[in-house]
Amino acid sequence: MEKFDTLTAIVAPMDRANVDTDAIIPKQFLKSIKRSGFGPNLFDEWRYLDHGEPGMDNSKRTLNPDFVLNQPRYQGARILLARENFGCGSSREHAPWALEDYGFRAIIAPSYADIFFNNCFKNGILPIVLDAQIVDELFKQVAANEGYQLSIDLDAQTITTPDGKAIPFDVDAFRKHCLLNGLDDIGLTLQHVDDIRAYEQKRQQQAPWLFS
Amino acid sequence: MQARTLYDKLWQDHEVRDNGDGTSLIYIDRHLVHEVTSPQAFEGLRLAGRKPWRVTANIATPDHNVPTTDRDKGIADPVSRLQVETLDQNCVDFGITEFKMNDVRQGIVHVIGPEQGATLPGMTVVCGDSHTSTHGAFGALAFGIGTSEVEHVLATQCLIQKKSRSMLISVDGVADLQVTAKDIILAIIGHIGTAGGTGYAIEFGGDAIRALSMEGRMTLCNMAIEAGARAGMVAVDDKTIEYVKGRPYAPSGDMWDKAVAYWKTLVSDADAKFDKVVHLDAAEIQPQVTWGTSPEMVVGVDSTVPDPMSFSDPVKRDGAKAALKYMGLEPNIPINQIRPDKIFIGSCTNSRIEDLRAAAAVAKGRKVADNIKLAMVVPGSGLVKQQAEQEGLDKIFIEAGFEWREPGCSMCLAMNADRLEPGERCASTSNRNFEGRQGQGGRTHLVSPAMAAAAAVSGHFIDVRELD
Ligand code: SF4
Repeated sequence: MEKFDTLTAIVAPMDRANVDTDAIIPKQFLKSIKRSGFGPNLFDEWRYLDHGEPGMDNSKRTLNPDFVLNQPRYQGARILLARENFGCGSSREHAPWALEDYGFRAIIAPSYADIFFNNCFKNGILPIVLDAQIVDELFKQVAANEGYQLSIDLDAQTITTPDGKAIPFDVDAFRKHCLLNGLDDIGLTLQHVDDIRAYEQKRQQQAPWLFS
Repeated sequence: MQARTLYDKLWQDHEVRDNGDGTSLIYIDRHLVHEVTSPQAFEGLRLAGRKPWRVTANIATPDHNVPTTDRDKGIADPVSRLQVETLDQNCVDFGITEFKMNDVRQGIVHVIGPEQGATLPGMTVVCGDSHTSTHGAFGALAFGIGTSEVEHVLATQCLIQKKSRSMLISVDGVADLQVTAKDIILAIIGHIGTAGGTGYAIEFGGDAIRALSMEGRMTLCNMAIEAGARAGMVAVDDKTIEYVKGRPYAPSGDMWDKAVAYWKTLVSDADAKFDKVVHLDAAEIQPQVTWGTSPEMVVGVDSTVPDPMSFSDPVKRDGAKAALKYMGLEPNIPINQIRPDKIFIGSCTNSRIEDLRAAAAVAKGRKVADNIKLAMVVPGSGLVKQQAEQEGLDKIFIEAGFEWREPGCSMCLAMNADRLEPGERCASTSNRNFEGRQGQGGRTHLVSPAMAAAAAVSGHFIDVRELD
C-alpha cells in the first residue's frame, strides 16, 4: 500500500448526499479479476454520455460536459469533497480502487458508509470526517475559487486552507499508523500467530462443532 | 457479571486479542466466498506465498454472474465466464469447497449459507458482500467485508475490527397479516434513514420480530446494511434452533446438545444497556413501496409520492428532486397509480421458499397484466427451486405468465443478462433502488414478494390486502 503523509492538491466537489458504490463504479466493471485499471470508469454513468462496458476504449467515448470531474477547472484533483453517507451500498473494494486509480488520495465528507470507509484505509486513501457545516463552507469556497487547493497533513491531523487556516480532524490511531507507514494488515496480524492458535485451542474445547 | 447485549457476547467470544488501540483481533468462524470480490484476494495470497489458515471455514459459490436461463450452454459473456472460472480454479488450487454453477446446492451466498447449516448461531460470518448481515438472523455476528479483508480472513482466519456501538430496534405489537418482514425493514429504514445505523450493530427485537419466521428474520437482517449498519441480528429462540436442526453442516448427536445449550445463551441480558434504542409500532406499518433512489425514500402503498419542497433539509430536498427526475415521477401522485414495466421476484432479500409461496398465493388463478413486459421469479438456490417445484409453485407462476428461472443474483444488480432497459420501471423484491442498479437508466421500486406479485397482476402498485 502507498504511504500517505502530506498532500496538497486541487479539490473536486461531489455535491450530493448518499453517493453509492454503484455510482462510484458500476457493476459491469466488477467483472474484472484485476485490482487496477478502474480509474477511467470511476463514476462511469455520470461521467460519459454513452453506456460503458468493460474493454471499451474510454478515450473514444463522449464525456458528459456537465459532470463535475469533466470540467477543466477540476482536472488533476486529488481531494474529493463529498456530502453525507458517501460510499453507501455494496462492499466492493473496486470503489476505492477506482478512486485511487483516478488519482484521489483523500476524501472529505460529513460521514461515510462503514465498509467503504474501512476499505479506503486499506488502499492508501484518507477519508476525513468533518462537521457538516465546515464541509458546507468548503463547498462554497471551492465553487467561488477556481483552482482551490487544500493541504492535508496526516501526522499533524490538519487541513490547511489557502488563507492559512488550519482545520483539525480525527483519525484512529491504528489506521493513521498503517497509512503513514504504508503497512499491510495481514503482516501485522501474522505477528500474533500464537494468540490465534491459543484462541483456537480454547474455542475448540468450548464449541467443538465449529471446528468439525 | 455486568449485563451484556447479544452483540457484547458475540464480540467477547471471538476476541483473540485486544490490540490496545481501540481495535481487536476477531476470530472468523465462517467465510463465504463468491466470484466478484474474491479473485484479487486469492491473487494476493498467491503473490505472498500464503495459504488459507483453515480451509474448512470457507464455502464458495458463484452467484452474481450466473445466467438464469440455459445453464447447460454455459456463460455467454466472456468476462463473466472468466470470473466464474477463476473462482472454480481458485477453489481447486486452495482446496475450498465450492457449489459450482450446475450443483443443485448452488445459489446466492446468503441463501445457501443458512440453507446448508453453514451459518450457525453464535458464529462470526463474513463474506466480501455487504448483505452478509443476513446471517445475523441466527444470533450470529455477520458482516460484509472488502476484498483486502477477504484476503486477510483467508490468510489469518481473523479480522482487525473496532467494536461498534449497539442499537436496539424494537418493533412492538402485531403486524397486519400481509405486512411482511420486508415492509418492516423498509419502514425502519424510512424511519432512521440509510445512515441511521452507521457505526452501530443493530439488534432487532420486540414482539413483531419474535413473530417472524427465520426466513423473515433473514429478510430483516439482510437490509440492516441499507440502514447503514454493517451487522443486524436477532436473538436465538426455539425457531432458530428448529430451523438449524438436521441441516448438512449443522452438528448432530452429543455435539448438537452441547451446541444448543450454548446457543440458548445468545440473547441480550434483560438489563443490558444499548447505546441507542428505537421503537416502532408494528400495527402502524403498511405494505411499503420505495419512490426514489435510496431505500429511505419509502412510503406506505396508501400514500403519495412526496413533494421535494416538503423536505426542510436542503440536501434532502435536492436529493428528492434528483430522485424524482431519475424515477420519472411527479410529486403528489398516488403510489397505486405507478405502473411498472417489469417485475423481479428474487435476490438474497426475498428468494426463499416462503417468499415464493407468498408471491404464488397472490399469482394463483390470476394473470400478469398486459402492460407488464416481463415478470420473472428467480429462486435463491437450486434447493429452493427444487422445493418450489415439488410444491407446484412453478406451475402457478408460469400459468399466471411469470418466467421461472435458474437461481442467482440476476436482476438484483444486473451483472448477468437480466436487466432493465433505460427508463424501464420495475417492482423488485431486492434491496437497492440506486440509480442504474438494475440496469442503466432503470427505475426500481422496492417491495415485498406479495406486493410485487400484486403489482404484476394489477399492472400498477396496489395494496395486496385489497386483492383478498
Ligand atoms: S442478490 Fe443482490 S444484494 Fe444479494 S448478494 Fe446478490 S447482488 Fe448482492
